[in-house]
Amino acid sequence: MAASAGSRLKHADALKRQNRLEQWTLLGLAAPALVVIVLVVLIPVGWLFYLSFLGGDGQFSLENYQKMLKYKSYARTFMTTFQVSILTTLICILIGYPLAYFLAQLPNRIAGLFMLTVLLPFWTSLLVRTYAWLVLLQRKGILNDFAIQIGLWDSPVKLVHNMTGTLIGMAHIMLPFLVLPLYNAMKKIDRDLMQAASNLGATPTRAFWQIYFPLSMPGMVAGSLIVFVLCLGFYVTPAVLGGGRVIMVATQITAILENQYDWGAASALGVVLLVATILVLILASRLFKLDSALFGKG
Amino acid sequence: MSLDHSSDSALPIKISGLTKKYGDMYALDAVDLDIKSGEFLTLLGPSGSGKTTLLMAIAGFNRPDAGSIRFADQEMILYPPHRREVGMVFQSYALFPHMTVAENIAFPLKLRKVSVEECALRVEEALQTVQLDGLGARNIDQLSGGQRQRVALARAFVFRPRILLMDEPLSALDKKLRERMQIELKQLHRQLGVTTVYVTHDQREALTMSDRIAVINHGKLVQVDTPEAIYNAPANAFVADFIGESTLLPLSLGGGDQLYFGDQSIATVQAAVSAQGGTENNQGWSLVVRPERLLVLDKNSSSSQPLINGFAFDGIVFGGTIRESVFQGESAFLIVALASGADSSGVDVAVRFSTGKAANIESLANGQQIELGLHREDVIVIPQEAD
Repeated sequence: MAASAGSRLKHADALKRQNRLEQWTLLGLAAPALVVIVLVVLIPVGWLFYLSFLGGDGQFSLENYQKMLKYKSYARTFMTTFQVSILTTLICILIGYPLAYFLAQLPNRIAGLFMLTVLLPFWTSLLVRTYAWLVLLQRKGILNDFAIQIGLWDSPVKLVHNMTGTLIGMAHIMLPFLVLPLYNAMKKIDRDLMQAASNLGATPTRAFWQIYFPLSMPGMVAGSLIVFVLCLGFYVTPAVLGGGRVIMVATQITAILENQYDWGAASALGVVLLVATILVLILASRLFKLDSALFGKG
Repeated sequence: MSLDHSSDSALPIKISGLTKKYGDMYALDAVDLDIKSGEFLTLLGPSGSGKTTLLMAIAGFNRPDAGSIRFADQEMILYPPHRREVGMVFQSYALFPHMTVAENIAFPLKLRKVSVEECALRVEEALQTVQLDGLGARNIDQLSGGQRQRVALARAFVFRPRILLMDEPLSALDKKLRERMQIELKQLHRQLGVTTVYVTHDQREALTMSDRIAVINHGKLVQVDTPEAIYNAPANAFVADFIGESTLLPLSLGGGDQLYFGDQSIATVQAAVSAQGGTENNQGWSLVVRPERLLVLDKNSSSSQPLINGFAFDGIVFGGTIRESVFQGESAFLIVALASGADSSGVDVAVRFSTGKAANIESLANGQQIELGLHREDVIVIPQEAD
């Protein structure tokens, strides 16, 4: 039975209006966040972008970028930055994966308790944690004293003001960023799957590598990317624990601003770092279907 | 397309003294169970009865506290699950989400180092058996619930295990599909000839599919028998109530050896004892009344002889009042308050009858007097439980 044309149009406009109103209301909820992002992210970044293309004479020029190609120190800085970021991410995976696996096997309440030990340092100030590592690792620090006392080594080993110290400090600070998404992904793996694998004849080792590990990959990719990207722009820890020997991009930007007050050169460095970060994210999203890793299975 | 049908395609399972305690509660309490080679045995019980614990113990997923599980002559109790060679269909299906349908089914074959060609052949064969031909390349999330169920099944039997375990495999399907799968599983079992242990809490499913049913409650086996025997001769009130619908009418011991309901002689104690395999009891006896075994007798106008459809009826007759009449399509039922008996006053029984018959439900109005008949051969007497 077909409805008459008239009854099909009944209230049609009013209903459409209601629909539109709902959509605008939703957009309204996002408005404060959008305003903040425009004011404190887009405008300053745009401003830096503009500055990076200004020469010393205030005219448009590429000299800031040409400088980067000319001086080896810039290339070295970028090398160091990627090296530290990759190594920190790898260390986090090596420590974080077994930790997250352990947590995921525990009953929820006990896992929560252990999770506190992961999160507690997360809630203390970054600066405090970094200086705490300095105290632990320095020449006459607790670790060296202890190691010499039990005869692990004879004279103080240089654990800080170098790459080693930087990596130890950064891995510690970054660990929760890896463990949390990884734990989350592992929690979602149905326990029946491991039982099924073993029922079908897989030894525990095979079941892990063929079932559990691939299914935990989204969490690992998400966590690794967060760690890697955060590392790229890290400042405090390499500055303090690197002792001037580990110069990352952020450190160099500060140095340029403090020593030469050269906003153009500093901006150019920032722009290159931003572009590199975006490229890494695009590459990763191509490789790992990132949207499912970061936002869960849609 | 025929699957391996050789005589060695099934193994008997012998479980003895199997005990598993969770805290103070016995999930399994010294369970003894012999499952015959090639048999379809269903573990039936309410939730928390221990049926899944028993299945998981056979699969090796939980560690019992004591007991023995033998496959043929081989003691398996200390074997890890991956060395038991039993197929299992999980309630959640447990399909690997990062693999295609074919990869899921090939998983146990690859572990057994089956050659690539044979692997492909057997996957295809298994897909055909569960009627999923051509869906091998699909991802799991592209399948419907019924299709997932079939993949789980194919994966469980593709490596030709000689024992197949199923943990409520149909519980996630809708009613129609479930009923169709019950028949298909039964056919598949006949085709594979593999010893099958099936867990369900659905008594109808158990009756439909099983060669034998093991009714389990509070970690103990209550009765192990064929569906017919369990339905027609339940061992106790729990089985009578859990399998099929039933009302229990308490009987009183009358003169001599007779058991009475009201003034109706129902059975002799001797017959009741022998129906229970000779076990005496002094808790008293109950009559199990199945709704479909009760007959609506003709309304007696003049003669004192009860009639059914105009013919004389010489069984047991109960008088009562209709409290509710419900039409349900293929059948209808009445709830009747029985009048007879001092201590049984107020007992309601259900009567189910087919609507195709001349029985006209509209003439059976609430509040009306009615006579119900029960053939003597339909009498089931069971011991009363101690409270």
